[in-house]
Amino acid sequence: MYYYASVSMKPLVAMLLAAASATLYAQAPGPIALRGARVVTVSGPVLEKGTVLLRNGLIEAVGENVDLPKDAWVVEGQGVTVYPGLIDALSTVGLPETPASQPQAGRTPAAPTFGPQGPVEPLEQGPQFRPSTTTWIRAADLLNPADTRIEVTRSAGFTSVAAFPSSGIFAGEGAFLNLSGEKQGRMVVASPVGQYATLSSRGFGTYPGSLMGVIAYIRQVSLDADHYQLEMQAYAGHPAGHKRPNYDRAVEGLLESPRLLLPADNAVQIDRMLHFAAELKRPAVLYGGHAAYAVADKVAQSKTPLLIDLKWPERSKDADPDQPDSMRTLELRDRAPSAPAALEKAGARFAFYSGGTAAKDIRKAVKRAIDAGLPEAAAVRALTLSAAEIYGVADRVGSIEPGKIANLLVVKGNLFDEKTKIEYVFIDGVKYEPAPEAPPGERGGRPEPGGLQ
Amino acid sequence: MKRVAHALACSGELQFAGLLVVSLSLPLFAGPATVIQNATVLTVTKGTFHGSILIRDGKIVEAGEKVLTPEGARVIDASGQYVMPGIIDCHSHIAADSINEGAVAVSSMVGIEDVLNPEDPDIYRALAGGVTTANILHGSANPIGGKCMVLKMRWGKDAQGMIFQGAPPSIKFALGENVKRSGSPSGGFGATPGLRYPATRMGVEDVIREAFTRARAYQKEWSDYQAKVDRHESAVPPRRDLQLEPLVEVLEGKRYVHAHCYRADEILMLLRVADDFGFKIRTLQHVLEGYKVAKEIAAHGTGASTFSDWWAYKAEAYDAIPYNAAMLVRAGVLTSVNSDSAELMRHLNTEAAKAMKYGGLNETEALSLVTINPAKQMGIDQHVGSIEPGKDADLTIFDKHPLSNYAKVTKVFIDGDLYFDRDKDLEERPGKEIRKKALVDKLKAQEKKERKKPEQSEKKDEDPGRQQ
Repeated sequence: MYYYASVSMKPLVAMLLAAASATLYAQAPGPIALRGARVVTVSGPVLEKGTVLLRNGLIEAVGENVDLPKDAWVVEGQGVTVYPGLIDALSTVGLPETPASQPQAGRTPAAPTFGPQGPVEPLEQGPQFRPSTTTWIRAADLLNPADTRIEVTRSAGFTSVAAFPSSGIFAGEGAFLNLSGEKQGRMVVASPVGQYATLSSRGFGTYPGSLMGVIAYIRQVSLDADHYQLEMQAYAGHPAGHKRPNYDRAVEGLLESPRLLLPADNAVQIDRMLHFAAELKRPAVLYGGHAAYAVADKVAQSKTPLLIDLKWPERSKDADPDQPDSMRTLELRDRAPSAPAALEKAGARFAFYSGGTAAKDIRKAVKRAIDAGLPEAAAVRALTLSAAEIYGVADRVGSIEPGKIANLLVVKGNLFDEKTKIEYVFIDGVKYEPAPEAPPGERGGRPEPGGLQ
Repeated sequence: MKRVAHALACSGELQFAGLLVVSLSLPLFAGPATVIQNATVLTVTKGTFHGSILIRDGKIVEAGEKVLTPEGARVIDASGQYVMPGIIDCHSHIAADSINEGAVAVSSMVGIEDVLNPEDPDIYRALAGGVTTANILHGSANPIGGKCMVLKMRWGKDAQGMIFQGAPPSIKFALGENVKRSGSPSGGFGATPGLRYPATRMGVEDVIREAFTRARAYQKEWSDYQAKVDRHESAVPPRRDLQLEPLVEVLEGKRYVHAHCYRADEILMLLRVADDFGFKIRTLQHVLEGYKVAKEIAAHGTGASTFSDWWAYKAEAYDAIPYNAAMLVRAGVLTSVNSDSAELMRHLNTEAAKAMKYGGLNETEALSLVTINPAKQMGIDQHVGSIEPGKDADLTIFDKHPLSNYAKVTKVFIDGDLYFDRDKDLEERPGKEIRKKALVDKLKAQEKKERKKPEQSEKKDEDPGRQQ
């Protein structure tokens, strides 16, 4: 059990918070102290009886002995564990289903038409075209604070997500978001944090219509970006007397993305994408990673971070019972949850993402990785600080340290015990209690990023 | 262990069985020296003899009737068996996750190397048919296809480990029905409703000429830039064009062209186009009407890689005859027999043998069709294709003469390492079955447990994350 400093204060706090969110949201509540709790700082040792002091949306102090200001709301943390807020390292939470500003990328194959039909794209599209490309779209510009999934995700202990546009070969620039869900501008912790790429081909009728076509296309765009930089620099130095290079939003979007997210799930794909990333000479992050148990050393050596899909592979319910799975498929299903443990052992960098797992089931999915050998501390790190490091925001989130954003998760007991309930989370120092029950349609068939082709 | 004890006491084949029991992982014999003894050795280039082959560091060191066995060498007794160079397939589509980039008429920017799949079981099956090297080609959906990749069937290695290092780069071209059918409004595989050019054989020629005209311009762009750099003028390098780069390599003779074709007229067309642009067609693939224009093919210096007797699967494949390979050989064309099929790939030895029945090639000429000749066509004959000192120890052992259709592959070596062993394969099957059954049961039990849990909602719908 935990108690507020005064039992009678409980409704008062709730009232104040309600008022804050209704009217004075921008103004963070006064200092809040969580006293005598088990504090899993992640960046440092676990404090068995620690205190965390929050003020102005930031962590002001953390330690065994923290002097509390007189005006602090003190929450007694006996029996309570405080973690850094969890991070879903790859998500679409907070983004609208069809980004309004997303233009039609490339043509849609259609029957031949006659007469004037508006602009007609050439039938043959070579590498100079930019099919399925919206590199310039920014998640940060598209946020929908009314997205019901924000509350659902928050209720599962998540305070942040790395949200990416997800459709196309180059889908767009992701943003690191706090799930405060009130004002778009407040939600963005960092942007852009990466460019989300898929290897989805467009079918036989349009280029690129194959996996190798998509890879060749990504390679060409990357080379074009390098060349664009050269041209632009040369022109900027001597504009007079020189031909002005064309502005190209497709490569602009790639150039301003600090890292490229590439899909890789099985061992062949991981190996392939590690080589590809090295060839592109762009910082890369792989997502998928279910077969990383087989190539953990390669991943570690490459120093390329890997985002692991927590939707563990399972036999499709529509699978033909008479159609036996290959040994490789069976092994993948059996061993995928051991991938994080193998990566941890090899010293690879990795974090977790939901990948279509319902928010409330994520901890259970992580528990499977723990059961398969992942130390619990490493599991917590993969859900917090590692994700922050991968996106270059570890200076502000991911651990419980003074000066960092007050994103905290408070549970009674151990995070990975099945019975443990999320008590509440703090985001930017504001307390959010979990929604009583997940609203219906929570998993409304909305494609999450990270699906592999 | 009992078998090992036996092996110590007995000689010959039992000794070999003993070795198998103690060696568990691939490659079985990665050691200093290996000697294959008492075999009939079909060198292909240096005749046939009864004797031994000494292997060290992945190379053939010595092959002859009397080869001294170094101390400590691993000895493989091949009494009554036949050793031939590992079979080479000049035309295959295995071991890749995609084959055709068909929406564009010129897809030279794509390459098989980007999509290698070293876990394709067809690699192991090819090994079981004695194949050690194969050229993995882009498909035939467009006049100028993608870049090919020469692989060794090193089953168990990763993608990089499969690549035949030092093999010259190559590219796939294609003519005729597959190419123009891509624009057929009436449908069929690869049909594009929007009518992709070309739709006729005339158009095919035009696409190739146009592509090389652009490639020449691109080549000049770069040579102009290089000239500026040489004059110490400041210049921004041209944009790299991944579609035209491989074609410039073709123009400069740095990349081979393997061209899918059937009809005599289109074969001559392609040879003329190549002559006009000053490059060579390295091989004509399929080339079922090659016998009609064998003299012209020989004059161009082009190789031919054909089927033994696979035809009539479409109109342009009707004029085929089983004598094609032999007639091309007699006309002086460097000729091979290929598979283009994961199934045919497993018995290329008998495919080659058919050229003895149809056309009267001798044994060595027949074996050459699937060994030294494709090696020459792929530019790797200094490494593989025959049993000669200094070449890679890529060897296939058959229990009977490989040109007999009763022959079975017993062992396959690549770089001196054992990659296929028939006895070991058969021996391991029951154990593999048991392991698989155990895994299936384990996963079933797990599934059952998961489903029993009270939270039913989690099972309600399929993973939405997989739908992209």
